[in-house]
Formats: sequence, structure tokens, C-alpha cells
Amino acid sequence: MIKIKAKNVDVFYGKKQALYNIGLDIEENQVTALIGPSGCGKSTFLRCLNRMNDVIDICRVKGEILINDFNINDKSCDVVRLREKIGMVFQKPNPFPKTVYENISYGPTIHGMAQSKQEMDEIVETSLKKAALWEEVKDRLYEPGTGLSGGQQQRLCIARAISVRPEVILMDEPCSALDPIATAQIEELIDELKKEHTIIIVTHSMAQAARVSQNTGFFHLGQLIEHGSTDKIFKNPDNTKTQDYITGRFG
Amino acid sequence: MNLILFTFIVLLGFTSYYFGRRKAYTIQSSKKRLTALPQFYGYYLAIWCAIPAFIIFSLWAIFEPTIVKLLVLSDYSNQGYLDDELNLIYEKTKSLSRGQFTGEITPFIEASAEKYLSLRSIAQNSKAVIVLSIIIASVAYAYKRISSNSRTREPVEKFLNAVLFTASLAAILTTVGIVFSLIFQTIDFFKVIPLFDFVFGTHWYPAKAFVRDSSEALDPTMYSDTFGAVPIFAGTFFIALIAMCVAIPIGLMSGIYLAEYASSKVRQYAKPLIEILAGIPTVVYGFFAALTVGPFLKELGTSMGLEVSAESALAAGGVMGIMIIPFISSLSDDVITSVPQSLRDGSYAMGATKSETIKRVIFPAALPGIVGSILLGVSRAIGETMIVVMASGLAANLTFNPLESTSTITAQIVVILIGDQAFGDPKTQAAFALGMSLFLVTLCLNIVALRVVKKYREKYE
Repeated sequence: MIKIKAKNVDVFYGKKQALYNIGLDIEENQVTALIGPSGCGKSTFLRCLNRMNDVIDICRVKGEILINDFNINDKSCDVVRLREKIGMVFQKPNPFPKTVYENISYGPTIHGMAQSKQEMDEIVETSLKKAALWEEVKDRLYEPGTGLSGGQQQRLCIARAISVRPEVILMDEPCSALDPIATAQIEELIDELKKEHTIIIVTHSMAQAARVSQNTGFFHLGQLIEHGSTDKIFKNPDNTKTQDYITGRFG
Repeated sequence: MNLILFTFIVLLGFTSYYFGRRKAYTIQSSKKRLTALPQFYGYYLAIWCAIPAFIIFSLWAIFEPTIVKLLVLSDYSNQGYLDDELNLIYEKTKSLSRGQFTGEITPFIEASAEKYLSLRSIAQNSKAVIVLSIIIASVAYAYKRISSNSRTREPVEKFLNAVLFTASLAAILTTVGIVFSLIFQTIDFFKVIPLFDFVFGTHWYPAKAFVRDSSEALDPTMYSDTFGAVPIFAGTFFIALIAMCVAIPIGLMSGIYLAEYASSKVRQYAKPLIEILAGIPTVVYGFFAALTVGPFLKELGTSMGLEVSAESALAAGGVMGIMIIPFISSLSDDVITSVPQSLRDGSYAMGATKSETIKRVIFPAALPGIVGSILLGVSRAIGETMIVVMASGLAANLTFNPLESTSTITAQIVVILIGDQAFGDPKTQAAFALGMSLFLVTLCLNIVALRVVKKYREKYE
């Protein structure tokens, strides 16, 4: 099943073009990794998928991005609804300066998903459990989320993202600020989450892409050089650039 | 004369810098390694020039007048004059020597004036000679001592350290001095007026103290019911309250607009424009309030059948609020802008709108800074003088009707200290007591502000 279909996507920052004619299909309930050297446009592409580039004044996006066969770049697209469906986890853990509980209840509150305190408690608990954080924070739900460790903060952000039951979760280098143990926990979590969500992850770590993803896209200088199943990209890429990058000859 | 000497010393300082550096270059060119950069050698010599000059100048300034006075008055020493009379003679001598004496000139005084002039010129000349020779000697000594391995960097750094320390010490000592002068005068005031009457008295009428003949003995009972500060404290807080009612909403909202909504182009022009408000002298606000806003409110009130004083608290407080807007808007703009972008991104990515993001994420995160800016605005409002003096009237009415006139602590200090004052008079000392209370209030506000900021910071980081 194709969940997201990007067609002829161009992105400009002012006059500078950051992405050239990207076309990429993303499979439902699978993990798709986007790899490539710094500045190649993989994060920019990721931010196109929930229209986060709208926040940047000088950024313009052209082309079609179809999610469930609906073009999100169309004028009729409601960004609030879109972002409810497409969650995002950032490079640096960015919990709100609020309690753990409020961090999770934030999304459900603004989307009016809970009618009572009980419902909200339930949402918070399930989200934290899905993010494998419940056991660690169930006694400190009313302490500031910023007081958790780096890895816990990032899982808190994942819990926050899944609290509104999104169909897709975008992850922008979610482990780059974490130690190996926290990274392993997050990777395990990603594997678990893909049962219910479609996941797209930007990563700098080849090993991580190989471990967690089923499909991989390789970006270079704003172009999608090659994409396909992770097995194929890592073992038998068609393009020599992909081969060079994966074997560490450049990047 | 002093100016010429000073210029000369400065020139000498530059010259010694030049020579010091040149000597360092010479040492360097002979393939020896220096312990510091050449300019440190220059600074080193210049310091050897500046310090002796400074010491001698200050010694001279301290001792010259005393010595000259002693010598001039030595002619009169055995003639049984009192100290006061001697001082008078000396003052006459000085003014005669400047050609400003208008009284009767006796040969005696004329002789002392001549003596005074000759002593002064001797003193001046010897100062010049001594300063210059000592400087030249000290620079020459230091110049000879400079060698490839002499330490110059450390003394120069120490000198700079000392200069900076002196500067900050001067600021601190001035503050301490002001506080002490306030304290002593305030204590004197409360010796005459009981503290209880001042703090709880509801009648403030310092003009009553004007009528006292200063040669009469002080009778504390006549001041009962004169210095009751409640009306002016009430007036101060009331006007500050009106001002903050204007300044907080407008300032905060314009700060939020600038930080979150305005495009960079709008912000680029709007921010300096708002900050112009902060650059308008308070006198201008004062007559704006007194001559434009006050009469306008009066007319408006009259047309609606209300009794409005031309010097209403509303006019003064409203204009004061306008004055404070830029403080609050500019500071809260800075605070909001400094909330990390990652928090905004996190909120937008959850599907929050701009206003939800501001209300639920940015505002709480920026709250400590915003509270700080508001408290800063409050202490400005309480300490503001010119607007209230001009626009809110000077009669200390105890009222909470914004349409009547009332007065503030600062305005009363102005009223009390304008014109002639006698020191040691309760009226004058009342100003110090008011100043002291103002100081205490602002101090408490600042402490509270710091506490609040700290508390929220602990909660949010």
C-alpha cells in the first residue's frame, strides 16, 4: 500500500533551490529511511510532508505530495488537520517547559480529543506506554518534562507525537543527540510503532538506516539519487554515488 | 597654567609610550626574544609617567590651599583674632586678589592679597617643576630598566585591573553615600515627627511648615497632622496603577505582535518607532498630559455631565502608561524572541495554531522575563516625577476617583525642595523621608521581581 506519493517536488529557499524534482513513494506501515550527506535536502523533504516549511518565510514548495490520494500542497488543505495526521519528532528533544502530563495532553487538548479527565488520563497512559516510557515516569507525571534525561525526553516527544494517533510519524535524526543505549531504545520503539504508523526517518547513521528501515532513499545535492528496499540499496545499489556513500568513500 | 601642564604631561605620556615601544623593537632586532609584545613596553613607560603625575597632582590639590592659607594668615596670628574672623579675612583676601572685592579696602588686606598672589604663583611654578622633573626621572629610570626579560605585561595588566576596580568602586561608593545621606536625614526627621504620624497620618500639608520662623525654637506639636503620608502613598500607587492598566495590555500585545506576527520588514520599522516613545523627554510627556490630555478629558467629562478636574489622576496616569509602553513591549519582545524556535516547531508540528502556540507554550516559557519587564515598568511608574508634577496637581487629596487630582511622593519632594530651604528643618527632612520610602518601595519591587523570575526559572528549566 502506498501511503505517501511525492511527485515533482521542488523546494526553494529564497532564490536558492534546495530540492530538485523529487518523486518518492512511501509504503504504509513500513519504515522509510532518508540518508545522504549534510545539506542534501533530506530534512527539507521531510518537512514538506507536514508543511513545516510554511513556518519559514522564504521557503516555497512546488509539486504534488499526495497523502491518502489528497494533495497536501493544495489550497484546500487544512494544516491543523494535516499535522494531526502527520506527527513529527525533532533532532533535539524539545519537550515543552510543562509537566510530563501536560506535554502529552497538549495535542489531544488542542484537537479536542478527550471529553473528560478520565479520557485524557487514558490517552496519556497509552501514549506513554506505546513510547516505552510509562514505567519510568508514571510516578513523576506532574514534574517538568524538561527534567528527564535526554533519551527519556526524546521518548516523551515521541509519546507526544503519537498522543493524537497520527497515521504517519516523521523523525528528523531522532537519535543524533542521544547515547547508544538511548538510541537502541528508540530504534526498538520504532520497530514497534511501525505496526500502527507509517514512519519516515532521516538519519546520518548508515547502521541505523540498515537496522530499522525497510525502504531507503538516498539524497545528494538536492536530488533523490536512488530509492528502493533497504536490502537492495545497501547490498546492491544501482548508482555508484550511492555505493560510494554507503561504503563511506564520501559524505 | 594647569591646562598647559596637563597637556604637557599627556604629551610626555605618549612620548614615553613611543620610546618604550621603540626600545622593545631595538631589543627584538638584536634577535632576543621579548617577554611581551612591544606595545606592552610602551604602556609600561606611559604608566610610569602617569602614576607619579597623578600622585603629585592630588597631593598638591589636597595640601596647597591649606599651606597657602596658613602662610597668608601667619601675619595675623598674634593679633588676637577669632577663627571666624580669620576666615573672613582670608575670604576677603582671595576675592580682592581676583579683583571681585567690593567692600572697603584696607592696606592690611591689600598686603595679604599681594602675598596670596605671590604664594600662589610660587606654588604653581614649583608644582610644574616638581611634577615634570619627577616624571622625567621616573620614566628615565623605567626606561633604563627595560631589558629583553623584564616583566612588563603583568604590571600593565595589574594597572588596568586597578583602574577598572576604582571605577566600579566609585559607582558603589556613590550609591552607599546616597543611601547614608538619606538615612541620616530621615532619622533626624523622625526625631521631630513620630514615625506613626508619618506612616498612618492621613493629612499631608507641608506648606504649614513654611510659616515657621526659623529663629523660633522647634515645637513638634505644631507639626502634628502635617506630615501624614498616607494620601501621597495612595496617590502614588493609584497613579502607578492607572499607568500599568494602560501600559501592560498595550505593551504586552505589541510585544507579542512584534515577536510573533510581524514580518521582518514590519518589525524592522515598527520596533525603532515604538522605541522612539522611550526617547521622548518626560517633560514633553508632562506638558502633553497637562495641556492636551487633561483639558481634553475635562471637556469630555463635562459634555457627559461628569465633574473632571483639569489635573486628573487619569490624565497623568494615562500619559505615564504611554511612556512605559516601550519598556514593556521592547523587553517582552526580546524575551519572546529568545524562546527557542524548537518549542514553536514542536507545537506547530502537533497541529497547534499560532495563537494556541503563543498562549500555551511561548507565553508560559517567557513569563519570568515578562514579569520582570512589568515590574521594571512599575518601578518606573512609581519613580516618575515630571508627568505628575505637571499634570496631576500638587494638593495631596486622599482619593481613589481617577477624575480628581491627587499627588505622588515624587511630586511632593519637588514641591518641598523648590525654592529656598533650610537644612535641619523638618520640611526639608520630610523630602528625605519621602525619598527613603520611595527607595525602599523600589528596592522591595526589585527583590520581588528577582524572586519571581528565579522561581519560575526553576520550574521551567
